[in-house]
Amino acid sequence: MTQPAVEVDGLVRRFGDFTAVDGVSLRVEPGELFGFLGPNGAGKTTTISILCTLLRPSGGTARVAGHDVVAARDAVRANIGLVFQEITLDDYLSAAENLRFHAVMYGLHRAEIDDRMRPLLEMVGLEERADQQVRFFSGGMKRRLEIARGLLHMPSVLFLDEPTIGLDPVTRTHIWDYVDELRGRERTTMFLTTHYMDEAERCDRIAIIDRGRIVAIDTPDALKASVGADTVTLSTADDDRAAAELASMLSVDPERRNGSLVLRVPDGEAFVPRVFDVLSVGVQSVNVRRPSLDDVFIKYTGRDLRDADAGLTEQFTGNAMVRAWRRN
Amino acid sequence: MATIAVHHQGALARNLRTINMVWLRELIRLQRMPSRIISGIAQPLLFLLVLGTGLGSLVDRGTGGLDYRVYLFPGILAMSVITSSLFASVSIVWDREFGFLREMLVAPVSRTALVLGKAVGGGTVAVLQGIVLIVVAPFIGVDLTVGRVFALLGGLLLLAFALTSFGIVLASRMQRMESFQMVMALVMQPMIFLSGAVFPLRDLPGWLSALTKVNPATYGVDLCRRAALENSVPLTYGDWVVPVWLDIMVVLALGSVMLAVAVALFQKTD
Repeated sequence: MTQPAVEVDGLVRRFGDFTAVDGVSLRVEPGELFGFLGPNGAGKTTTISILCTLLRPSGGTARVAGHDVVAARDAVRANIGLVFQEITLDDYLSAAENLRFHAVMYGLHRAEIDDRMRPLLEMVGLEERADQQVRFFSGGMKRRLEIARGLLHMPSVLFLDEPTIGLDPVTRTHIWDYVDELRGRERTTMFLTTHYMDEAERCDRIAIIDRGRIVAIDTPDALKASVGADTVTLSTADDDRAAAELASMLSVDPERRNGSLVLRVPDGEAFVPRVFDVLSVGVQSVNVRRPSLDDVFIKYTGRDLRDADAGLTEQFTGNAMVRAWRRN
Repeated sequence: MATIAVHHQGALARNLRTINMVWLRELIRLQRMPSRIISGIAQPLLFLLVLGTGLGSLVDRGTGGLDYRVYLFPGILAMSVITSSLFASVSIVWDREFGFLREMLVAPVSRTALVLGKAVGGGTVAVLQGIVLIVVAPFIGVDLTVGRVFALLGGLLLLAFALTSFGIVLASRMQRMESFQMVMALVMQPMIFLSGAVFPLRDLPGWLSALTKVNPATYGVDLCRRAALENSVPLTYGDWVVPVWLDIMVVLALGSVMLAVAVALFQKTD
């Protein structure tokens, strides 16, 4: 069996009384695109910070590319690329100068820097801008440059902490196109955090993390299958009566949500004609939906991802990394 | 397109090249922010030409018979190096605010290399400003020989190294630009006023004289003044003239201790 790219066992990180990461264990195989899905403050950034040697764990162990993140900090650093949540480019340097600076710190030979830099810049669509100062770049361009930079020294694992946060939808799609292309070409293991469902869908496997614990870990398809049921949403002329009829004749228990009736049934498409057979009240609309990662999230955490986001105070909005650096 | 294999360098080569790169970055940034260059040169010129000329008509005591502007010249040079060296570390606070510090700290290079690069970079900028100011010397009646220019540059370099390291120590714990500027002003002003850069240190009241003696910048200013001027008024303890080697030792000691502290402060994670 090959050595896992990332191996985490019982990881714990406390900040005073607050436990940000509470016993996380996981394995990421080489070449995998692994996603960490969870609301703000769930412990995603804290976990990534520990894996990148920026924070020390309070308990448990973590190995990246076979090296322990505490005992072999420099070996881990040499083997990872990192795209932070915030932009970490030097605005007054050009794109090429930013990359060159990075290449030097990671020990690339002079002759190799250009060979490696040019195709990467081309890949992220910035070859024309190589000599322009970064302060004239848009947010999306900066992100793309950072992704190129993260890959410049050929890391075995590239960590991306919310790589598309704060970007418009078109740019987000572009970034993802680049990520897909890069994966095809470089075969780098990627470990990313996100709180966007559509981004989680693209991962080979995802771990759903909530309040510092992993509540589910599998492929997106398997997770959705684990929810099992399709969701049928009905609005009728008289919801009370419809609910009673459905309960008595089809033995289902409709849930009231936002002025509609929501039913969870194994095969939604086959279920709808039966609804029309039994109901005596007029149906205004019907919607059948296959399970989504939203449903998966609700199933495992009992909450909607958006509610979970809104419910948390700003204090812990994934800023463990920032706070760690502030203290540095 | 085929992926190009990368052969990573050993730690020593990587760290040495990192020092060079951090240094180069400071110079590139300076060159792209011309306002910094202008203000770094204009301020000492203003002191020298306006303040020096104006006060010169009042002050002629204790300068050893020298024209006040001539007396002031090495002091202002030292002052400009102290100011810009201490302020060079502002780049660390900037780097922290704009995230670039993180990019550097997560790299597999030693913190010593990063701190050294910053110290050498800040020092270079400070000395470059000093060189520009040396050009003014003949116009205010300072006679410099080639030997004196080199001695003066050596003094400025040493002073720049020490004060940049000190600045890095102060900046390493600063989170915000505002607090950095406040602390800098609090440190810098007494350091300059008590250094003999602007007024002679002889015949001062005892308490003030004591303060000037514990100020390490005093020895740097004395060093620069003795390097630049033929008939300078050297630093004394009573009747004992402080030797040049002691000046050098004090500044060197300040620099080495501060550099070590700066590296230690950057070593910490968490």
